[in-house]
Amino acid sequence: MPGKLKAKIVAGRHLPVMDRASDLTDAFVEVKFGNTTFKTDVFPKSLNPQWNSEWFKFEVDDEDLQDEPLQVTVLDHDTYSANDAIGKVYIDIDPLLCTEAASVISGWFPIYDTIHGIRGEINVLVKVELFNDLNRFRQSSCGVKFFCTTSIPRCYRAAMVHGFVEELVVNEDPEYQWIDRIRTPRASNEARQRLISLMSGELQRKIGLKVLEMGGNAVVGYLQCFDLEGESGLVVRAIGTACTLDKLSSGSAPNTNTHTHPNTAPASNACNSPSKDGKEPVFGEDLLSSSGPPTPFRALPTSSSSPPPPFSPSKPCSRQSSSSDTDLSLTPKTGMGSGGSVGKEAGPLKTLLRQQTQTALEQRGASSSGLLINTGEFPFFTLTSFPPGFLVHVGGVVSARSVKLLDRIHNPALGNTRSYKLLDWNSVTADEPETRDAWWEEIRQEIKSHAKALGCHAVVGYSESTSICEEVCILSASGTASILNPRFMREGCLDIGIADHRFEEPSPPSCGFCHIPYDELNMPFPAQLTYCYHCRRQKVPDVLFTTIDLPSEASVTGKGCLIQARLCRLKKKAQGEVNATAISNMLPFMEYELHTQLMNKLKLRSMNALFGLHIQISVGENMLLGLASATGVYLTALPAPGGIQIAGKTPGDLSNDHISTIQKRINDTIAKNKELYQINPPKLFALDPEVFCGINMELNEELVGSPIPEPRHRSRLFRSHSESSDEVSELDLSHGKKDAFVLEIDDTDAVEDIHSLLIDAPPPSGFYSCNTEVMPGINTWTSGVQMFTSVRVFRLSNANLTNQGLNKIFTDLCENLLKSFYFKLRSMIPCCLCHLNFTVAVPEDELIQVAVTAVAMTFDKDQTQEKPAEKPITKGSGDTEEQLQFSMELCADSSLANSQPPSKISGVPESSNISSRAASVDYGSFADRCSTWLELLRLKAHTIRRGSVKTISSLERSSPLPDGRSRSLRSTRSFGGTSVTVVKMTPLSFLPGTRIIKYLGIINMFFIRETTSLREEGGVSGFLHSFIAEVFAMVRAHVAALGGNAVVSYSMKECVFMENPNKNQAQCLINVSGDAVICVRESDPEATPSMTNSAQSCSSETDTAT
Amino acid sequence: MAVELDVFVGNTTIMDEEVYKLWLDGYTVNDAVKVRMEGGVMEECEASADVLLSDTMDQYRTFQMCERLLHSPAKLANQLLFQITPHRQAVLIERYYAFDDAFVREVLGKKLSKGTKKDLDDISAKTSVTLKSCRRQFDNFKRVFKVVEELKGPLVENIRQHFLLSDKLGRDYAAIVFFANNRFETGKRKLQYLTFQDFAFCAGQLINNWTVGAVDHMVEDMDVDLDKEFLQELKELKILITDKDLLDQHKSLVCTALRGKTKAFNEMEANFKNLSRGLVNIAAKLTNTKDVRDFFIDLVEKFIEPCRSDRWTAADMRLYLTHYTNSAHILDTFKHQVVWDRYMGVIKSCIFKMYHD
Repeated sequence: MPGKLKAKIVAGRHLPVMDRASDLTDAFVEVKFGNTTFKTDVFPKSLNPQWNSEWFKFEVDDEDLQDEPLQVTVLDHDTYSANDAIGKVYIDIDPLLCTEAASVISGWFPIYDTIHGIRGEINVLVKVELFNDLNRFRQSSCGVKFFCTTSIPRCYRAAMVHGFVEELVVNEDPEYQWIDRIRTPRASNEARQRLISLMSGELQRKIGLKVLEMGGNAVVGYLQCFDLEGESGLVVRAIGTACTLDKLSSGSAPNTNTHTHPNTAPASNACNSPSKDGKEPVFGEDLLSSSGPPTPFRALPTSSSSPPPPFSPSKPCSRQSSSSDTDLSLTPKTGMGSGGSVGKEAGPLKTLLRQQTQTALEQRGASSSGLLINTGEFPFFTLTSFPPGFLVHVGGVVSARSVKLLDRIHNPALGNTRSYKLLDWNSVTADEPETRDAWWEEIRQEIKSHAKALGCHAVVGYSESTSICEEVCILSASGTASILNPRFMREGCLDIGIADHRFEEPSPPSCGFCHIPYDELNMPFPAQLTYCYHCRRQKVPDVLFTTIDLPSEASVTGKGCLIQARLCRLKKKAQGEVNATAISNMLPFMEYELHTQLMNKLKLRSMNALFGLHIQISVGENMLLGLASATGVYLTALPAPGGIQIAGKTPGDLSNDHISTIQKRINDTIAKNKELYQINPPKLFALDPEVFCGINMELNEELVGSPIPEPRHRSRLFRSHSESSDEVSELDLSHGKKDAFVLEIDDTDAVEDIHSLLIDAPPPSGFYSCNTEVMPGINTWTSGVQMFTSVRVFRLSNANLTNQGLNKIFTDLCENLLKSFYFKLRSMIPCCLCHLNFTVAVPEDELIQVAVTAVAMTFDKDQTQEKPAEKPITKGSGDTEEQLQFSMELCADSSLANSQPPSKISGVPESSNISSRAASVDYGSFADRCSTWLELLRLKAHTIRRGSVKTISSLERSSPLPDGRSRSLRSTRSFGGTSVTVVKMTPLSFLPGTRIIKYLGIINMFFIRETTSLREEGGVSGFLHSFIAEVFAMVRAHVAALGGNAVVSYSMKECVFMENPNKNQAQCLINVSGDAVICVRESDPEATPSMTNSAQSCSSETDTAT
Repeated sequence: MAVELDVFVGNTTIMDEEVYKLWLDGYTVNDAVKVRMEGGVMEECEASADVLLSDTMDQYRTFQMCERLLHSPAKLANQLLFQITPHRQAVLIERYYAFDDAFVREVLGKKLSKGTKKDLDDISAKTSVTLKSCRRQFDNFKRVFKVVEELKGPLVENIRQHFLLSDKLGRDYAAIVFFANNRFETGKRKLQYLTFQDFAFCAGQLINNWTVGAVDHMVEDMDVDLDKEFLQELKELKILITDKDLLDQHKSLVCTALRGKTKAFNEMEANFKNLSRGLVNIAAKLTNTKDVRDFFIDLVEKFIEPCRSDRWTAADMRLYLTHYTNSAHILDTFKHQVVWDRYMGVIKSCIFKMYHD
């Protein structure tokens, strides 16, 4: 019996009136876990019942503890008829299973009903007593920590990054016909909520098992999604990055422990890792032998020996590679070849060269897969930002899409209430080639081979998504091909790592990641390479596209900005295979066009790199929507982008007035943007390479504790010195118009395209926007934070729309949304919208839905303006100095320093009662005699008038029991002195101005809301508005109950909205996730959570202590 | 082609105070957008009319969702649906319960019943306060009235505790409740020159000195009902005008004190008996509910108007009433000093407040 779950129902408040006659409610509570149910007594005639129940005890397996939620149902007792349900609360008890997370769940939870929304609140206490189970073959994985955060969580240190973990579970949707009969009984919604909750728990447990097998103790960048496949079922899938994390135990730790210095880290890992119990090495060896070079991938001849992916010729100027196909193999593999129109297609010779590269790369790939021994099958990482030194080189974006038909799938796992697919997909795929596992494997293989083509052994910033319309499903995966430092992997590979020349290059951290990972002679695609503008030692591409966040050590000129490419394509309505074929034929063209748009917009802003690139393609009945979002920046290491040149069909057209006006407009825009984003690239750099190298050498010699042996270092330096001599001319040339991007105007469509290019309005002054964690170029955040979710649905009324018309509508929709945000948040100026996450969908024939979650953060304007001003001056030598300091000091606090350079890590140890819960969150009323706003006000009032003291005592004497009409009002105020903890939410991994001192566990919640009185609830907007507000409220309540005061890495992963206004009905499903944390203000290192809570909470009613 | 659904929800509820005001004032969304456009908010952030409309709709929706909570403000502090800073909560409540002086002047002293509610459109037309806003204000009055009417303890304190209002607003509501309960006549033409604040001040005086609560703090309705015993005792004051000797004695005392101190001395001397009769008669009649209702109109007719026609200055008035009150203490046959003080204290301050143009 590995665990005992205890729950206590304390009280309720604000309950709805269930008995019209008395205007009161006779409430009682059912507490259910697994198949065991307990009940409280009925608390008669009260809207604020005080049950104060005994402890209900459930003795359960830890496996169930992980899978099942605690289900609390509030009912109204009815003597003569069936008891009416008021609502439910599902409490995920997973955070209690981790010793490091929360120890008790206690607080007010909104009572939620899928038809009526929130109906009052209930105060619940939950505890878990866990007995250690050392059974090796156990099915549970208690103790594995999960983080949504896509970086190493602050207050932890990554001792080891093990690699990719994935799992999916399939089930039948309890309500697979919900679209047809939109009117769903409450029971069906609840069954669905419960099922998804169960499946999420199961999924998490299985992933946890895999992590334990790998020898890790945590999953970082955990991304769980569900696919509503309608009749063919419900898929819940998750990916993440397995890690071994060490907790930084005290304030002194950041100075030593976080320091993931390449040389010392692996050695210290071995002894620091808490997971190193007796049997751990056994696991390690197993893995070493099983996941070595002969991986299934190696054994697949098709992928390794296939010719270079078809994507490359079509992407002449980018580092992006992608491809798409269907299970029907209908996509022409060479479909993207037409992209050669830009005119930089290489001849057969090139192809030959490429093939050679391929083999060379394969060899290299083999050696690197040897390095990344522990990353298993797929060297994928869901992380988007990394400890310093982790990321060596970045190749570019790799993506893969595939179109599948859902009705062709039979799923052997279906039929059971829960599928038990153990182990990983490897063992299963052979028998079940048609399962979703196989689909994803296919896509991952493709991603892996794309990465190889770019000379990379790993994919970072990896994510997967789906878009489903009826029976067609587009599976997408994307990431950034890159080379990682093997020192962060398992210790066994350290030697090999040093042997590989690529890992010992002393690339400065501020530009090293830009250096090309592939062979410059045999590039996987045509690109213009130049010597790095920063260190001048290695080649860099002219543009860089990535899905990750901007590395904190990267040197950037000016500010970044959000860049979006938007695209709508009409599609004929079709069924089955015809439909799938049509879609898969369109995909490459859409990707190409999105890419072109991105590239043009990037140039228009005079920037040369994209971070956080996310391309979403959504499928609808009669159209496809494509939305690519990224944050553009000017990387100092990369060459300045050339302008955009407009050309007519023939050279003679250039004299055309029309064209010259357009050209002028474009040039003006570029100039304006340069000013707006403060892009003043340093020019002095190219002046005297001799001097520069001299400085560089000196500095390098002074480098203390450099991992590189001195002699080799020196020779390397000399090489770069000699190389630099012929660079000068090349650099100078690239400033000219030579590499200007040429846009050809050959028809009206092209003109439209150019116009739409210029439509994107820059954010109003005082605003910046980006879709990455933080805005490149801004690092003086102040504490103002406003997270928001916005949803818009647009109805296309005109059936005869053209592609152009649709594009315009879609672009306007997105632009107007942004404009609305700027307007709404204008009081926060100067401020930056960070992590702007757009999700598009085509819920119905003529509807386009855009949902956005982002956070607005204020910053200190004065300091940011100083920065770019001094940067160009200090280039050359100054910057190098900066880097050195960086590597010595800032590296010391690795993840903490990330994007929070000014943060001071003081050596004050956490007070021991941090782990004990915040007192003010307690249910008891006694706790809140603190002088909060309301109480102060009241006290002041008392002193004003006579008899005040007596008044108080009379109020206290008055019983909370509603025994008469005259007391009814008082009784509504008698729910004990409680406080509502302020819970901040952010999609970022940190809150500016605060320090996260504890992670309390993952929040992963799924809600359904339905109404049959749409008009009465304020129409669709009113309905969704209150639902989103309710979801926020429930997330906040759960976090507060865990003792937390913030949610980081929050995201709304699903928002499915359906309406039927004729029937006055609507239904919405929302899935949200994030990490519950306790954070304290940076300025007061001593602050304990309880202090923060009481300071932030507002007590409402404290004088009726009951 | 239209935006079918458009919502924006912040973790901390975003509320624009300007829009809140427009909402409270009963503007429709479209009118509010017009007002905002004229206010120049568009230039602030390069917004378009669409953006403004979308924002206004969002805000209106938020306010509507909050309105339920504002009806019992204590709930606002411990509800979980909206995360609103305590300061913002206080602002929301304060503004929601704020009222237009023009409107309150119309309903002051009227029964807060359905009948009055039906007349709201007339009041709306007369005061140019929108009907929607009138309804909100009226419902606020009624809600506060209903809640405090059966509570023990001091009126202002009860209102402030239950509705979390500021001291000032709490007192105003106390006045409204007090007036509604006693049905004081305030609508007569002669009273039109008085503002709500004049009445609110008088109400405060009456509540503090003439109600049951002034002597006993723990009685139900203590601040709403006038002290019946006191009203009975007021009849005794009649002796001041019925006893001729006393009246003359009183007059000579007052005149001696006033002589040479004011230009209006002659008028004061001439009118003394009339004025004194007026004030004492008001006191003597207060046992009748009907006369309580006419309290203010009587004060104006019997005292303020005669003085005004004689062009007393405010200082004259102050001087006269002070000596008039104090001189009664020196009358050795006058035994009702306590009642006299309790009565004249209020009358004095009320008249001071009411004596203006």
